[in-house]
This record gives sequence, structure tokens and C-alpha cells, in this order.
Amino acid sequence: MAAEADLVTTAADAGLVLVAALCILCSYRVIRGPTVPDRVVGLDAIATNVVAIAVLFALKTGRGLFVTVSLVLAIIGFLSTVVVAKFVTEGDIIERRE
Amino acid sequence: MVALRSALVVALIAVGSFFLTVGTIGLLRFPNVYNRMHATSKPTTLGTAAIFLAGFVHFGPGGAGLPSLVGILFLFLTVPTGAHMISRSAQRIGVPFLGGVTWPGREEDEQARPEDRRDRADEELARSEDE
Repeated sequence: MAAEADLVTTAADAGLVLVAALCILCSYRVIRGPTVPDRVVGLDAIATNVVAIAVLFALKTGRGLFVTVSLVLAIIGFLSTVVVAKFVTEGDIIERRE
Repeated sequence: MVALRSALVVALIAVGSFFLTVGTIGLLRFPNVYNRMHATSKPTTLGTAAIFLAGFVHFGPGGAGLPSLVGILFLFLTVPTGAHMISRSAQRIGVPFLGGVTWPGREEDEQARPEDRRDRADEELARSEDE
């Protein structure tokens, strides 16, 4: 029993380290991305990675509450992506009509 | 039974980490914003869904397992919607396509001097490779 619980904790730890490193790698595209949609795509990927981090943290600590936290993070990530996409488009339309 | 469940959780975490890694490599290596979006949206959704499934297996259907299934459903609804919004806004602000790619359903794009658009795409590709 204890050995299997340790196995899940170890796997969740390894997953947490890996996904955190992936977030750092995604931030390269956010910083150096040639266009604004590149940056939005990078931030969207980071948001999805953070959802995975919340679920992995729930697996590591054994608290089911953090699964709900990951749901809220997914909602916030989707909203921010849609809002930034709308903002980029609307700003360009305003410039073209001048 | 407990050993089987733990093995399944570990396997699902491994699958999810693999798909998240593939999505990040695609985000870093692909040449265009549309290709990068294709690379991030699908494998990242699969990876996070696998990790959500690991949460469902670990917590069981009584506790925090049902929010995990709701999270999978929510991801499969929202990530393609968000990617579609970003790609449409990228096309509207004039991010060039690669090669002979055209936006579907617009005849003026498909007939308006494809060689000119290909030159712009090649310049974009060369610039992104220089960086």
C-alpha cells in the first residue's frame, strides 16, 4: 500500500518538474515570437500546462480540491485567449478604417 | 487492485507528459504561427486529458473524479475554439501563409497572385530561421 502510494507521488513529482520545464520552454516563444498571435499561442500553451500542473499537484498531495482549481484555471485560460484574439482583431480593424 | 490502479495512474502521467513535451517541441520548432497553433492545440489537449484521466483513476468516481471528467469535456470544447479565434485574428492582421496555402472559402485569396504570396511566406520563413 505505502509503496504504491509512493510510486504515484514520485511519478507526480517527475511530471511536475517536466511540465514546469516545458512552461519555461514555452516562454521562449512568448518572448521571441515574431508576431502577436505567436505570443498568444505560447501563452495558451502555458495556460494548458498550468492546468496539467494543478492536476499533478492534486495527485501528489492526494487532495481532490486541486482538480477543481484546475477547472477554474482552464476557464480563465480560455477566456483570456478569446479576449486577446478579439482585441488583436478589433484594434487592426480600427486602424484600417482611418 | 491498488497496485493496478497505481500502475495505471503512472502510465497515464507518462503518456500525458509525453504529449505535452511533443506540443512544446512543436511550438518551438514549427516555422509559422498556424503550424505552431496546430502543434500546440492537439497534443496539449491530449496530454492534459491523459493527466485528467490519471486524476479520475486515482480519485475514483466518488470524490474528485467527476470534476476530472468535466475538465476533459471542457478542454475538448474550449481549446479548438480558442485556436480558431487566434488563427482567424492572425489571418485578419495579415500574418502570411507558407507556400501555396490559402484561406478556405475565399476566392480572391486563392486567385490573387499566388507567387507574390509565396515570396512573402519565404521571406517570413527565412527571417524566422535567421533568428
